Amino acid sequence: MTFTALGDTAVVVALGEGIDEAALPRVRALAAALEAERPRGIVDIVAAYATVTVFYDVTRLDREGSERPFDRVCRFVHDRSKRLSADAKQKKFTAPTRTVEVPVCYGGEFGPDLEAVARHAKLPAAEVTKLHEGADYLVHAIGFTPGFPYLGGLPSLLQTPRRSTPRLAVPAGSVGIGGEQAGIYPLATPGGWQLIGRTPLVLFRPDETEPSALQVGDRVKFRAITPEEFLAWK
Amino acid sequence: MEITVARSGMLTTVQDLGRRGHRSAGVPLSGAMDPFALRVANLLVGNPEDAASLECTLVGPELSFSSDTVVAVTGASFAAIPMWRPFVAKAGEKLKFGAAAAGCRGYLAVAGGMDIAAVLGSRSTFLRAKLGGFEGRALRDGDVLPAFGSARQVEAHWRIDPRILPAYSTAPTVRLVRGANADEFGRVLWESEFKVMPQSDRMGVRLGGPRLVRIGGTGEMISSAVAPGTVQIPADGHPIILMADAQTIGGYPQAGHVIAVDLPLVAQLRPGDRVRFAEISLGEAHRLTLAREHVLAMLHEGLAQKLH
Repeated sequence: MTFTALGDTAVVVALGEGIDEAALPRVRALAAALEAERPRGIVDIVAAYATVTVFYDVTRLDREGSERPFDRVCRFVHDRSKRLSADAKQKKFTAPTRTVEVPVCYGGEFGPDLEAVARHAKLPAAEVTKLHEGADYLVHAIGFTPGFPYLGGLPSLLQTPRRSTPRLAVPAGSVGIGGEQAGIYPLATPGGWQLIGRTPLVLFRPDETEPSALQVGDRVKFRAITPEEFLAWK
Repeated sequence: MEITVARSGMLTTVQDLGRRGHRSAGVPLSGAMDPFALRVANLLVGNPEDAASLECTLVGPELSFSSDTVVAVTGASFAAIPMWRPFVAKAGEKLKFGAAAAGCRGYLAVAGGMDIAAVLGSRSTFLRAKLGGFEGRALRDGDVLPAFGSARQVEAHWRIDPRILPAYSTAPTVRLVRGANADEFGRVLWESEFKVMPQSDRMGVRLGGPRLVRIGGTGEMISSAVAPGTVQIPADGHPIILMADAQTIGGYPQAGHVIAVDLPLVAQLRPGDRVRFAEISLGEAHRLTLAREHVLAMLHEGLAQKLH
């Protein structure tokens, strides 16, 4: 575990390097443990790939003696982490893994770049959707826009560079490919990923206590639906 | 009480101190670009310092109030408006901001606050996701904003001590703590003057000038959390200072981070203004934040004597 200052308001805790699927359960468990019991002055926890970032408000941190704010935050993370590994040894803590099924209508107006991805992969479009649907994905990070999941697990055959010119408006629900990652646009925003389909699921719900439908560490399975099913989706 | 927007100005939005605790869902902080100015505006009219207020940009709005209302304007300077002190906006009279004489972003606080619903714990407008604020958007001509208003009387023959204000400037030296990739960019960041580009917005202040070339650590970057103040260096070598509406994670190298007390200086930069950077330790940055907090607490206490 390494600690790096992110300016004067946050500390980045690294549990591994790069895109490390093995680190993700620990990242998720640590983020959950930090979130569950935040001392005064700890204001936000963000997990992404192999890091957990802890945001703090230096004016509200309770510190011991001449303890530096950075050290106070590190101590908080160390304490929780120690407790977590003790719990793990006693099998008290098992990180629950959710699998979320995401229905997708592939191709046509819903996936305007399906043909481009198929050409790049030198595969028929039907084969692209079959491969995309058959893979297991893991949510590595949420960001870019509220609720946008960065998904690892895209089959290497489907890896396609981003569009040279980003679209000014990508429809909400668009399922895309950006290099070696897959993702879903929860909101109509500009975007440069290759769009191969669209889901009727609402991934960002600002009126709910947990506004993002997907969380870091969740597993995702795509399931093909017809345009009729898409339009009838409630 | 209602506020009628006769003219909305260039970009006027409802903001408070931002949406905390939702970064894990990809929701940016948002809130005032210049949090110091917003906090002082609220304190001047007797509001909690995080009450929702209006943030305007370069050209301010023209507003009228349905009843006499105590207001305060802070941040960018508007020649026609008393700055950094409370005054009464008379019912029916127009409060015309016009173009800012100096600075980029002005704040109008209304005694009693704006009657705007909170979304995810904040009344701030996040334009990209059409979230919060007034219908999730910037104000338009003809909008009518509900506000609580307050009949409080004010003595108007004083203003706050200008010595407590941040050192607003068209060519500030902004202090940074080192970023994770600082060593990979040599001395260019620390020894050059940069120009604020017109593409700057609430997501980021974009800088022109010498390019920063990555000379070490060519390893691919994996996205991790970023924050307002993060100075990221995209492939073209032109730094971007992330601001209030910046996305929550980013994958560009991080050369440094603007310290919290200097973010108001960046928020008030206009296209064409110039900026230099100086390095400061994390400990010193925290000391400065705590000192500013003390100044605001003193101001709060002093105002409690005047506003009652």
